[in-house]
Amino acid sequence: MLAQEFMRNALIAGSFVGIACGLVGWFVVLRAQVFAGDALSHVAFTGALAAAALGIDIRAGLFLATILGGVVMGALGDRARADDVVIGTLFAWTLGLGVLFLTIFTTNGSGSNGTAGVRVLFGSIFGLSTTDVRISVVLAVAAVAVLAVLGRPLLFASLDGAVAAAQGVPVRMIGLVFLGLVGLVAAQATQAVGALLLLGLLAAPAGAAHRLTGRPYLGLGLSALFALGSVWVGLTLSYVFPTLPPSTMIISTAAGIYVTARSLSPLRRLVG
Amino acid sequence: MGGSWWSARPTCTGTMLTSSVFTGLSWNPVDDVHALFTYPFMQHALAAGTIVAVMAGVIGWFMVLRRQTFAGHTLSLTAFTGASAAVLAGVPIVLGYFTVCGLGALALAGASGPRRSQGTESAATGSIQAFALGLGFLFVSLYHGVLNGLDSLLFGTFLGITSSQVFVLLVVAAIAIALVAVAARPLLFASVDPDVARASGVRVQLLGLGFLLVLGLSVAETSQITGALLVFALLVTPAATAQRLTTRPLAGVVLSVALALLVTWLGLALAYFSVYPVGFYITSLSFALYVLARMFA
Repeated sequence: MLAQEFMRNALIAGSFVGIACGLVGWFVVLRAQVFAGDALSHVAFTGALAAAALGIDIRAGLFLATILGGVVMGALGDRARADDVVIGTLFAWTLGLGVLFLTIFTTNGSGSNGTAGVRVLFGSIFGLSTTDVRISVVLAVAAVAVLAVLGRPLLFASLDGAVAAAQGVPVRMIGLVFLGLVGLVAAQATQAVGALLLLGLLAAPAGAAHRLTGRPYLGLGLSALFALGSVWVGLTLSYVFPTLPPSTMIISTAAGIYVTARSLSPLRRLVG
Repeated sequence: MGGSWWSARPTCTGTMLTSSVFTGLSWNPVDDVHALFTYPFMQHALAAGTIVAVMAGVIGWFMVLRRQTFAGHTLSLTAFTGASAAVLAGVPIVLGYFTVCGLGALALAGASGPRRSQGTESAATGSIQAFALGLGFLFVSLYHGVLNGLDSLLFGTFLGITSSQVFVLLVVAAIAIALVAVAARPLLFASVDPDVARASGVRVQLLGLGFLLVLGLSVAETSQITGALLVFALLVTPAATAQRLTTRPLAGVVLSVALALLVTWLGLALAYFSVYPVGFYITSLSFALYVLARMFA
């Protein structure tokens, strides 16, 4: 399995995407911002297709759109937590734009590139080039580094925004930066599991970790571990059974972990 | 697999439309409106759009009131899973829509539970959504890529709606609206203040489950026109606009329905006279109205 270059690329990129998603996802669940993550995943779709329709690098559109989307969502919301209805209306429109770009792209573009839409929606982790892998490793490391710096005040601001603000923590700014970070990770995960499925990697491992423990560091570790495990198991399954698409297998494993954690655990919940 | 998924049926019909039927705007509004009603496919599309818009306006208003946009969005995406499962199994797509959306509603209700904590509940919803979409993609893959019109499952098509489909839409919409109308008072009570409602004997939990099922029903129906990805635009945006403009329940529901009807009709007409998809027009028009409402109210 490891002799194949596409498999090695998938495993390396997938691992880094998994760790980044697990760590960022833990905060996303803690801050009850899963819906914002959902919205960002659809922004990713529109960004990628806008780039495709304009004929520029898809990655550029992807990252620009999600990071911008995250910051806009943060700016719109009170205390950098956008209202569900605002998020909903915004991204319903974003999707409509995405459909427009898709139509422009498929009617103008060459037939050979006609599956770009599917690749953006459902990912193509087996099709990653060495450059893609390098980019995703660098970005994952950057995301984790930002999170490490931001971690303590972010945790404080998430648990008790009012007290944190009173202590001089820049709650609003932190919320903005965090949503930008979620955008970055979402764009990265789009390349691996696709815009429609990346929510699974953000929400399921983190949800499982939150079910099992209330302690932050343990939870973060578990979340990253679960996401990493999902990627590895999913890729292996998909390699062994070639009819099963890798993104589905990764998300199914993550969902399986979540269900298991849920059934295992009326343990305790300190964080909430 | 070349471009087989994306150069799928709707696009072909679109080009056919451009060459044989499509005449463009004639600068004579009467002729243009007349042209809209001339062809049976357009009559069916307008009828189906009207039914769907009325239902989405009513159900969406309650959805926005109950802050269940995330659940609604998740349900709308399970519609894609239902459709692809039905195509794979060789059963009518409508059956897939309704079965899987019903199951999705039950799963969401089960995930929320009696003691709700926002973060973990949304994590559950997110996991359900991604899993459902993953399954949908699996079904599409197992079908070996000859599934024509993956894009119409996701983004909808208003072409090729038959009169029997319109009839099914009408029956389902009538059932959904009747159910909401019967439960309207307690549902409103339970949505606005669940604790007080529970204390005065309203069965909040049961109502919540029932509402999710009706939401699933209407999402399954709407996605046949707008596609699984764009249901949301009709459900959430007109309702959100209406709630910006008025807080009175009855006026709000009526306004929400009116807005949904307006954007659907305009969207269909614009899509008829251009090559761009109906979903784009409906989402953009409703978003523009929402922005206007936010600016001036």
